[in-house]
Amino acid sequence: MAGTTRRTFLKGGALACVALGAAPRFLVRTALAQERAGKPKVLIAIFQRGAVDGLSMVVPHGDPDYYSSRGSIAIARPAPGTADATVDLDGFFGLHPALAPLKPLWDDRRLAVVHACGSPDTTRSHFDAQDYMESGTPGVKSTADGWLARGLAAMPAREPASPFRAVSLGAALPRVLRGEVGAVAMSSVTDFDVRETAQQMAAGGGARQGFESLYEQGVRDLLYGTGRETFEAVKMLKAAAPQRLAPANGAVYPRGRFGDSLRQIAQLIRADVGLEVAFADVGGWDTHAGQGNERGQLATRLREFGEGLAALHRDLGPRMNDVVVLTMSEFGRTVRENGNRGTDHGHATAMLVLGGPVKGARVYGRWPGLRREQLYEGRDLAVTTDFRALFTEVAVRHLGAPAEPLFPGFSARPGSLPGLLA
Amino acid sequence: MRPGPWAGVLVAVAVGGAACSSAPAVPPGAPALAARPVAQPLALPVSGGATSLVLPATALSEDQRILHALNRLAYGPRPGDVERVRRMGLAAYIDGQLDPRRIADPALEQALAAYPVLDRTAAALVHEYPLPTPQVRQKLAQGEMTRQDVAAMYPPERRPLVITTQMQAARITRAVLSERQLEEVMVDFWFNHFNVYAQKGAVRWMVPAYEREAIRPHALGHFRDLVRATARHPAMLFYLDNWLSTRSDFVLPRGPNAGRAVGLNENYARELMELHTLGVDGGYTQQDVIEVARCFTGWTIDRPQQGGGFVFRSLAHDRGAKRVLGQVIPAGGGVEDGERVIDILARQPATARFIVTKLARRFVSDDPPVAVVDRAAAVFQRTDGDIRAVLTAIVASPEFWSPEVYRAKIKTPLDVVASAMRALDGRIVPGAPGADRLGGGGEALAREVARLGEPLYESQPPTGYPDRAEAWVNTGALLGRMNFALGLAHNRLRGAQVDLAPLVGGADRRQPAQVLDRLLIAVLHGEAGERTRAVLAAQLESPEITRTTAYDRVPKDTDVEKLTALVLGSPEFQRR
Repeated sequence: MAGTTRRTFLKGGALACVALGAAPRFLVRTALAQERAGKPKVLIAIFQRGAVDGLSMVVPHGDPDYYSSRGSIAIARPAPGTADATVDLDGFFGLHPALAPLKPLWDDRRLAVVHACGSPDTTRSHFDAQDYMESGTPGVKSTADGWLARGLAAMPAREPASPFRAVSLGAALPRVLRGEVGAVAMSSVTDFDVRETAQQMAAGGGARQGFESLYEQGVRDLLYGTGRETFEAVKMLKAAAPQRLAPANGAVYPRGRFGDSLRQIAQLIRADVGLEVAFADVGGWDTHAGQGNERGQLATRLREFGEGLAALHRDLGPRMNDVVVLTMSEFGRTVRENGNRGTDHGHATAMLVLGGPVKGARVYGRWPGLRREQLYEGRDLAVTTDFRALFTEVAVRHLGAPAEPLFPGFSARPGSLPGLLA
Repeated sequence: MRPGPWAGVLVAVAVGGAACSSAPAVPPGAPALAARPVAQPLALPVSGGATSLVLPATALSEDQRILHALNRLAYGPRPGDVERVRRMGLAAYIDGQLDPRRIADPALEQALAAYPVLDRTAAALVHEYPLPTPQVRQKLAQGEMTRQDVAAMYPPERRPLVITTQMQAARITRAVLSERQLEEVMVDFWFNHFNVYAQKGAVRWMVPAYEREAIRPHALGHFRDLVRATARHPAMLFYLDNWLSTRSDFVLPRGPNAGRAVGLNENYARELMELHTLGVDGGYTQQDVIEVARCFTGWTIDRPQQGGGFVFRSLAHDRGAKRVLGQVIPAGGGVEDGERVIDILARQPATARFIVTKLARRFVSDDPPVAVVDRAAAVFQRTDGDIRAVLTAIVASPEFWSPEVYRAKIKTPLDVVASAMRALDGRIVPGAPGADRLGGGGEALAREVARLGEPLYESQPPTGYPDRAEAWVNTGALLGRMNFALGLAHNRLRGAQVDLAPLVGGADRRQPAQVLDRLLIAVLHGEAGERTRAVLAAQLESPEITRTTAYDRVPKDTDVEKLTALVLGSPEFQRR
């Protein structure tokens, strides 16, 4: 966040008097608070960890080299009336048949695709590439915080301040949300409290207050700071009780962790806890062997993925007018199938953008082609859209974040953005 | 430990600033301990056992040094451990831990008898914990069998998932009970380093053998043996797909897929360099990945779905010449091509640095001082990757004992659960009969570890679990730790039983301040911050803690359970 730290706020700010230890990070942000009217804009970021095969997720069936390159893992050409074939989008691209639940959203102009999107860094290491996509500084490992945390921290906070501006579903706080914003990590909305038995409550309870006092003051460090944020969040969640909200509009989430995460993100949005950025991840994309085509390993993962996104869209109903879902993956996979009917680590992939503010029904980005000489290092789909351009557009135009702190060293000229948000 | 003529004669490392990297007369951690001449004079005999491990001067008090060792080289102190180590001598204790073969562990052995999968081969486990056969699955799909029929054929206690559950339970049981604490810490470290994911296909049957054969025997041995053992273990071959990798022009000669073209798979080759040896910045290229993958073609598994072992299939091997990190591996080679690669990689300076940095991160601090990494990396190279010698160099470094790193590490979930059980001297007890399909009790504790974010053997990516504070400190995880503390102190966890009376033994429960003092000494060994002490003391004033009724003039009883939970959930207990 461009050199501004919590410390400098506390030193000079009006908060100094209440900050003997340290205020929770989200409260510190209110030093910058301005009235922002209406419901907050929400960004839901979804990380497909393991490098999804963009060429199977959004199939370039019109590319003359697609079918000759992909062998047994190619997805069959669109064939109306056939379930096991590419779902055509625009005559050139199509969705994997397992993503068919997303087709109505495309038709509604709420779903856009950015293809051949990826990192300027050429690492084929999952770990490094994920790290770069989350820190927002490809090639630089020393960055301490994540781009979403930087973006939120640089935005004026809303009144009243909420500990739930940024939430990650899962046991660990992802790199992308680490930083000064004080994001919350939770495995489950229902379990997010100090659990005392009825017997203990009858005896007066008090364990929560005890823990809260233990973390209330003390040195300013990761442990104490996180402790304080935890209790603010617990209290607010108790009051908002998002778990009471059943999926609306007949939405049915797929079984499993991904569906559970999306369902709970929708609950937090509908309970108006002040959520601005939600994060969830979904794994299983590292298909080195037996990837499958219209059916099989990857199809199973995509089915859960597509059903989850479609259910979220249905559940949120009109709230989707304020919501953008952005999917990402650290890189794509080799164009040719490997010796095991799978694919190895590649370069560019496809990312989806979904929501009311999206100018949908369009595949954005220049298509680099699949001929051998068009490929990166003769083997991978080339990157024509820097992921930072896409992410900048979403964070700036949708959330209203300032562009500067998002991706240090990257200047997004207006003309270089994909232009998929109004 | 048993004192003997050679007991503890392990290492002579001169310590003191820059001099520590000077070569000792005997290679540190020389494996042939008993071969040492008995008559050799012992350096600095220490009470309770002869040892030559010299620990550097430090600003820490003696008790702090002992606590530090128990927190870093073990899963935290049990009641009485500090006194035991003091009597034995800290150097002698560390020496003993560095040679676990000399430590008897009967209580653990007895507890582990509850987990029969530990000793089984993969082939036996495939048989004992089978998946439904294709025929059964087909009958289910076609409606010829109902789900109930299938469930009756494959009862819950015979499902493959039981293998992972038992492994998880055994791991936490070992962390809590084993006398060979450092060995357990190192098994955890190396399993994470050479991670396999228990839920990937046939790996589910291979994990017990993997830990038993490839990891545990080498936990304090030689690094290259670890790489060799993991490289040819079916669990790793399956997890990172090398069993499928063949020369690029290979066509299956027979079997149901005869005539199908196969080819190279880069997965293992890449992770071998990025994660197991050189590190991601270790100076290899995409071409090196391809060349290494070619060297390992033909390293495969003899029928993985039946728990088969390693086999080299020369037909699938790429016999052309390869060039790895600039070194030529001549054409015409066979299985030795892969072994050659392991030798090349294990000897790279980048490997020494990468491995030593990870070890120093585990034992010293999240961002270990360069000096300790330099020194230990030099030992790694000089001893050709002798892990015991490297650990000795780390422990003999002033940086290991510096006040800056004292209690500076945040506990992982496994650390939290194991250290809390040890601090309270908790017993691992069998769960409710039938409820968990096995009787060891550790599975409930393992579930707690999973709930805190570290399901053992179930880290899907090859990186394993991280070892830095940021990865484990977040709102949800902290709440989880507090809830675990409450559950354990109140005896609500089915797998664990704690008796708090001995912890506060002698204290008058009607005197809350006395109880608190005892508790802080027993669990935090006097290392509670003033703030924590004050908060807990203030808690004593509340009627909930002291259970006073409106009519009582003095506290009737102190809520030791709640106080204990608060101490276990305190910021201090999250550190080691």
